[in-house]
Order: sequence, then structure tokens, then C-alpha cells
Amino acid sequence: MISITRKAEFSASHFCASPFLTEEQNQALYGKGANPNGHGHNYVVEVTVEGEVDPVTGMVMDLKELKGVLERLVVEPFDHRFLNREVPPFDRITPTPENIAREIWRRLAPELNQGRRRLARVRLYETPDLYVEHSE
Amino acid sequence: MTFLTRRYSFSASHRLHSTELSSEENARVFGKCNNPFGHGHNYSLEVTVGGEVDPGTGLVAAPAALDLSVRRAVLSKVDHRDLNADVPEFASLVPTTENLAIQISRWLRDDWMRRPVVTGAPLEPAAARLVRIRLEETGSNSVELQFHELENKD
Repeated sequence: MISITRKAEFSASHFCASPFLTEEQNQALYGKGANPNGHGHNYVVEVTVEGEVDPVTGMVMDLKELKGVLERLVVEPFDHRFLNREVPPFDRITPTPENIAREIWRRLAPELNQGRRRLARVRLYETPDLYVEHSE
Repeated sequence: MTFLTRRYSFSASHRLHSTELSSEENARVFGKCNNPFGHGHNYSLEVTVGGEVDPGTGLVAAPAALDLSVRRAVLSKVDHRDLNADVPEFASLVPTTENLAIQISRWLRDDWMRRPVVTGAPLEPAAARLVRIRLEETGSNSVELQFHELENKD
């Protein structure tokens, strides 16, 4: 088993507030991130696929194909968008980095899990000092 | 399972010198790090916590709670300090990056259960557990430690 990782970037705005909490509680929990007008990040996503190396191609997965899947399913819908307003399900679900990483997993897994290869990990950097890793 | 990692930095000085070794052996094993006057680094510390994402808040852990805990348990003890002289744990233990990582993990483990709840946020997820730390002494040197391995060291 061997894993390959491809990186993609998108820039988006968001804010974090839970409908289950009061404004005061949201402020305490999410801090400046709760400002309802939003703020932005340059997100970096690293997607890891694992599988066996194909004896003919020498690949776990064609990196061009992986690049295309990331472009189509993540960058195109997320880049230069206000996540809370423009990208479902973040109109209903708080776009914390945890939830964004899980949504990216949900979008990618059906396309990447084919044959003997599997989506192994989604790592999402919100800033260089904060990242989330998700796997199922 | 979802993991959240945050990066912190602190600056500290130290000297690598073992009382178990002769001067020549210390000089050979630790090289420039054995300089009797010490030297310093800008350390970078990554702390990873893991758990299930709380459905109410979308969080594994509140970053503010993690910050408070890391500040209280680690940064207040080591930032702008001399590890050998100012940190009792290193009075007779060599403050290598490995030993520093082990000590930081113990401090964090002991503090995590008592970590502050963010005021006014009752839904802050409480189930997150400490998973690993990664400590960079310089851009070229780093040590990683999983918290479940700490039990074997105590």
C-alpha cells in the first residue's frame, strides 16, 4: 500500500456561528470568526489517496486525474465564494474547518474510491497555523 | 475521526550537557550544543487534538480553549526562558528536543482535563482528546510524539 497526496488552494470567505447558540455565546466560542459580515482565508487542501501501484502504469492514481477531480469538486465550487451564502450545505451547517474538511471528504470519496484505491485523508489548512485532518 | 492542529511558537535557550558524561564525551556527543554559555532557538510547537465533530458547533475543540491550555501549561513555563536554569524539570535532565517534547506532552496531558471552558459557551465539545505533538527546534529538526505512547514512558 502506498499513498499519494495532491494539494489545491482556494480563497473563500466565511463566518462561524451556531444557530444553537446566542450571539454572546457565539462570540465567546468562535471569537472574531463570528462576525456575521464574514472574513476570508486562503485555504490549502491536501488530499491523500492510497492504494496499490499499478504494475503497468506505476501509479496509484493518475495525478492529472486527481488534479481534475479536485478542481471540479472543490476549487470550482469553493473558490472566491462566501461559503455561508453561496455553498450549500454551509447555509445550514457552520463552516468551521472541521465541517469544511468533512464536506470535502463527502464530495470526493465517491469519485476517488474506485477499484483498490481509497480516499485516505483530507487535510485542510485554514491558516499556516491551523489545520484539520479528516478520515473515515 | 477528525483532527485539529494548531501551531504555536516560543523562544528559549538551553545547553545540552549530561552529568553522566565526561567533558570530552559531552563535547563529542552534543557538539556545539554543549557550549557552556548555552544558545537559543525559536521553537515551533504543533498540538493535535482529535474526536468527533460536535454537531451543534461544528468543532472538535474550541481553538480558544486549546490556546488557553497551551499558554498555561507550556508557553508560560518556557517562552523567553533558559530551559536548564528556569525550568525545574530540566535541572538534571538534558533539554534535548526529545526530552522537551516528552515534558511538554506531560504538562499538556495534566492540564487538558482541567482546561478552561470558554465563558458563556456551554456547547463547547468536551470529548476531544490530545493526539500528538510535533516540536520543531529549527526548520530542519523536529520531534513527534503520540500521547498514547506517554504511558510507556511514565
